[in-house]
Amino acid sequence: MICQSCKEKTATVHLTEITNGQRSERHLCQECAQQHGLAVKTQIPLNELLSTLLSAGPQAGEGSSSPASDRACPVCGMTLKRFSKETLLGCSHDYEEFGQELMPLIEQTQNGKHQHCGKVPSRRPQEDQKNVALNNLHHQLEAAVKNEDYETAARLRDQIKSYE
Amino acid sequence: MRPADLYKHPSSWFGGGTDVLSEVVISSRIRLARNIAGFEFLPCLSPERQQDLQNKLKETLLSLDLGEKVEYVDIDQASDVERILLTERHLISHRHAKGSGPRGVIIAHDEAFTAMLNEEDHLRIQVYAAGLQLHSCWERINRIDDVIEKKLDYAFDSRLGYLTACPTNLGTGIRVSVMLHLPALKMTGHIEKFLHAARDCNLAIRGLFGEGTEAIGDFFQLSNQVTLGVSEKQIVDDFSNQIVPKIIAYEAEARKVLLDKKPQILDDKIQRAIGVLKNAHLISSQEALFLLSNIRLGVNVGRIKDINLATINELFMLTQPAHLQLRAGKMLNADQRDSLRAEIIRTKLNQN
Repeated sequence: MICQSCKEKTATVHLTEITNGQRSERHLCQECAQQHGLAVKTQIPLNELLSTLLSAGPQAGEGSSSPASDRACPVCGMTLKRFSKETLLGCSHDYEEFGQELMPLIEQTQNGKHQHCGKVPSRRPQEDQKNVALNNLHHQLEAAVKNEDYETAARLRDQIKSYE
Repeated sequence: MRPADLYKHPSSWFGGGTDVLSEVVISSRIRLARNIAGFEFLPCLSPERQQDLQNKLKETLLSLDLGEKVEYVDIDQASDVERILLTERHLISHRHAKGSGPRGVIIAHDEAFTAMLNEEDHLRIQVYAAGLQLHSCWERINRIDDVIEKKLDYAFDSRLGYLTACPTNLGTGIRVSVMLHLPALKMTGHIEKFLHAARDCNLAIRGLFGEGTEAIGDFFQLSNQVTLGVSEKQIVDDFSNQIVPKIIAYEAEARKVLLDKKPQILDDKIQRAIGVLKNAHLISSQEALFLLSNIRLGVNVGRIKDINLATINELFMLTQPAHLQLRAGKMLNADQRDSLRAEIIRTKLNQN
C-alpha cells in the first residue's frame, strides 16, 4: 500500500479513527506520519548512538582504530572501542578517564541533563551533601519560576544564598 | 522458600486491586541501580573478585533488617526451569537468568522486594506493588536503600550521582515503571495517543517482561528514561500525578466509546474469548495472553459477571511455561505445554 500523503513510499502506519461514529482510515509512511505528528520515532539503540558520537570525535577519520578509542582506563582496562560495542563501562573511574568523550553522550541520553539531583548516600562527606543540596535547590527554583510561583522562588533564592 | 515451590500461587503484587486505577494499572515497580566503591563494574570484574563481591553483598544484605523475611537464591546454581520461573514471576531479569558467574537474588517472602546481586550493576534492588502505588514503592525502596548504604560504600560522585555500568542509569539510578492494560485504546486504534504522551514525557515503552521484550497483546510497561538531573521524588510525582492519570483517562474514554457505540464488536470479542478458552484443548502462551486480555476487559467493563479478576490474574501467571513444567513435575515440550495450559484454563473457567 502506498502512503496517502506523499504517494511515493510504502505506508507502514495504519490509523483507524472513529469520530462521531464515522470510521475513517489513514495509511501513511513513517516519515509522513511523523510530519503529521502521528508516529513515534523509534528509539535509537544505545550502541548505535554511541558509535556515531564516538566516531564524530576530534580524532575521527580512522574510524574505530583511532588512538582515542584504543586508550585504556588505567584502573579497569576498558577502552571506548569496547564500550561502544558493549555499552557498559568497566569501573567508576571511566567516568573521569573518558569524561570528555562521555559527557555529550550522557547529555544526549539524559535529556540534556548533566548534574545529579536527588538522593545522596548518608556516608558521603558533608561537601557532597552540600553540592547536591544546592543543585536540588537550583532545580526547584527553576521550576518555581516556570510556574510563576514567585513567593517560593524568592524563598529558594534566599536558601541558595545562605549556602554559598 | 524454594523457588520450585512458587509455581502454585500468583504473586501478591500481581494485579490485586479492584479500583478503577487497578483495572488499567496492573502493577507498579521501582528499582535502584547501585555499585560498590572499590570494585570494578561487572564487565571488568575478574571471576574471583565477582565471587568476593557476591559473598560480601550476600552477607551484608542477609544481616540487615529489610522489613520482610527474605531468602537467598543462588542463580548460578539454580536449574534452568527455576531461573525461568523467577523471570516469569518478575523476580529476576532475563539478563540475570542468562548471565554467567557468581550471582544471586534475595527475595522477600511477599515477593514484592528483590535484590539482584551481580546483574548489570553490582546491586539492583526493586519493589513491586499492585495497582498504582508508586509512592509506597518509593517509600519502601528508599528505606531499604538507606539501611543498605549504612553498611556499604556506594560508588557515587557529587556531580554525576550514583555511578552505574551503563550511562543511561546514571544519577539517581532509578527506574520507575507501571504495567498497563490498554485493550480499548488498542481496539479503537487510539494507541498512538498513548505512544505520543509517552514520547513527550521521555518515557520508554516495553513489553510485559521489560527490556528487550516486545509489547504483546494489550500489555505495556511504561518507564522513565531520564535518570540524571531529576530527583527520585520528582520522577515518582510526575508518574503518579500526571502521566499515568492521563493514560487512564484515555483508556477509560476508549472503553466508553466501545460500550456506547460498538457494543456488538466488544461483546463479540469477549464472548469469543470465553468460547475458545472454555473449550480449546491446545492454547499457546501468546493466544492465552490475547484471549485472557479480552476477558479481563470484559470483566472490567461489566460485560462478564461470573468471572473475577483474581481468576484471570491467576491464569495469566500460572500458565507460563516454567510454571506449567514445575506443576507437571517434568519437562514438557511445546505441544504438551499447550495441552496442559488449555486444560488448566478450561477447568478453571468451567467451574464458575
